[in-house]
Amino acid sequence: MTVLAVAEHRRGDLRDVSFELVTAGRELAADLETDLAVAVIAGDVERFAEELNREGVDTIYAVGNGEEFNHGIYMGAIEGLCAELDPTALLLPNSVNGLDYAPAVAGALDLPLVTDVSGIECGETVEVVREQYGGKVETTYEIDSERYALTLRAAEWPPAEPAGDAMIEAFQADVDEDALGTTVKGFEEVGSGDVDITDADVLVSVGRGIGEEENVPLVEELADALGATLSSSRPIVDNGWLPQNRQVGQSGKVVTPDVYIAVGISGAVQHVAGMKGADTIVAINSDPNAPIYDIADYGIVDDLFEVVPRLIEAFGGQAPEV
Amino acid sequence: MKVLVTVKEVAEVDDEVEISGLDVAEGSLEYDLNEWDDYAVEEAVQISESNDGVEVVTVTIGPERADETVRMALAKGADRAIRVWDEALEGAQFLDIGTKADIIAAVAEAEDPDLILSGVQASDDSNGATGVALAERLGFEWAAVVNDLELDAEAGVASVHRELEGGIEELTDVELPAVLTIQTGINEPRYASLRGIRQAQRKPLDTESLDDVGLDASVTDSPVERTSMYEPESESDAVVWDGSADETAGELAELLREKGVVEG
Repeated sequence: MTVLAVAEHRRGDLRDVSFELVTAGRELAADLETDLAVAVIAGDVERFAEELNREGVDTIYAVGNGEEFNHGIYMGAIEGLCAELDPTALLLPNSVNGLDYAPAVAGALDLPLVTDVSGIECGETVEVVREQYGGKVETTYEIDSERYALTLRAAEWPPAEPAGDAMIEAFQADVDEDALGTTVKGFEEVGSGDVDITDADVLVSVGRGIGEEENVPLVEELADALGATLSSSRPIVDNGWLPQNRQVGQSGKVVTPDVYIAVGISGAVQHVAGMKGADTIVAINSDPNAPIYDIADYGIVDDLFEVVPRLIEAFGGQAPEV
Repeated sequence: MKVLVTVKEVAEVDDEVEISGLDVAEGSLEYDLNEWDDYAVEEAVQISESNDGVEVVTVTIGPERADETVRMALAKGADRAIRVWDEALEGAQFLDIGTKADIIAAVAEAEDPDLILSGVQASDDSNGATGVALAERLGFEWAAVVNDLELDAEAGVASVHRELEGGIEELTDVELPAVLTIQTGINEPRYASLRGIRQAQRKPLDTESLDDVGLDASVTDSPVERTSMYEPESESDAVVWDGSADETAGELAELLREKGVVEG
């Protein structure tokens, strides 16, 4: 019995989700009346282990194999730790890298897996909460198993703050690093270019609700009229309507402008991750149930093609015909 | 060379979602090819167009209704399709990650592909896990969340970019056979041409039962049980202006001026 949480780091820094996993792990370990172990794998694990030494962590396993994330090393390390600790719950980040190893680890260890978990209720069995259909519904799942694996959604648990007094143990995974089937060659930063949306005080952001590429100039004109910078949600960039350096969200840029105007953006969790730090959030979206309204400060539930031209005119601009 | 593409038909949920029991009510739903799978199909078809002797086979778990979506993938250029369904699957409450991976793995073992392309996630369940779970079962290599792919079929290596968070891409070489989960934006999915749609009607679409793929109903056994589905409570405390577009735009203009936004 124990709860084992696996930290995540990239290019020398622990990612926030690591400390959120500590909080979730501490709560679950308390419910299960057991210990919380945290594993940190690859890279400068001794430094990472010191940073992860937060209140409620009993043991930190510093697994010194490898430098950066590689799913082969992570699998070997986690399988080795599970053989030793036999954890009840394996808590992993629901990140791009987390989803590159969690399903394989769960398969190899024959653990039921629920991904993208945003809440855990522990009674006689464990019940977890997650979203489906793009956040339009929530579901709960009961897991009737002595052992299970969960990947946890980012920013659902507060980060663990105060320092702790965990034991730090070095652990060596039995992995042949020369026989890995994937080789990480390097990293590339994308989305640089002429405009840095992270610098803007006012962002006007366009989403899927704009419908067609030929309608984008309408929102561009609004940005111009307001002296603001144009940004977008993912589908606009996927469609090639705007370049990647305009994308706000988990896989794009994290922005913190004074004012963020979301035009035709539903507010999927990946988008919200990139703009929730804005001081004032305004949403223009015809769907009153769109999740963007959960974080918006002001909203206009109406057709953007009715509202935006009038707003352009109110600021002395002229709406293009779209 | 053979490329297997996992294709799922998903329900498109309207602004007003209707829940019946533990699932969304079927009556009001429209169905479509999962967005991520559309990109996976396109990537596979592009591979077949730029290399000789590549066969693209789609595999779907789903009821007869899904044939329309499967035909769409065939119309876009896949050569052949397999759809697995039977009473045990019909009767299951839902199919968990392990069940789906087991079924597709059974098909993949019979097909013996060199490469499997799968969407990063499906828009309904949003598990984001089936592709990697599938790779583990097959003993294949894998890479999750791929937004760029260059295939060296002779060397048996796929050079990919994995789209990490925050505008960082990881450049990784993956040994074949492998499962790659495909991210949106990797290509521009084509529309099916009329000619493609006509041709798709003549392409093979095999329906197989669990028994046909060497499994039985026990594959649907799962320790994970769905216990409820509901609309999330709105956490909104937004000030929503009422009135005509003139009025609401006026309110917003006033607010923006208060916040110091001026004519650009």
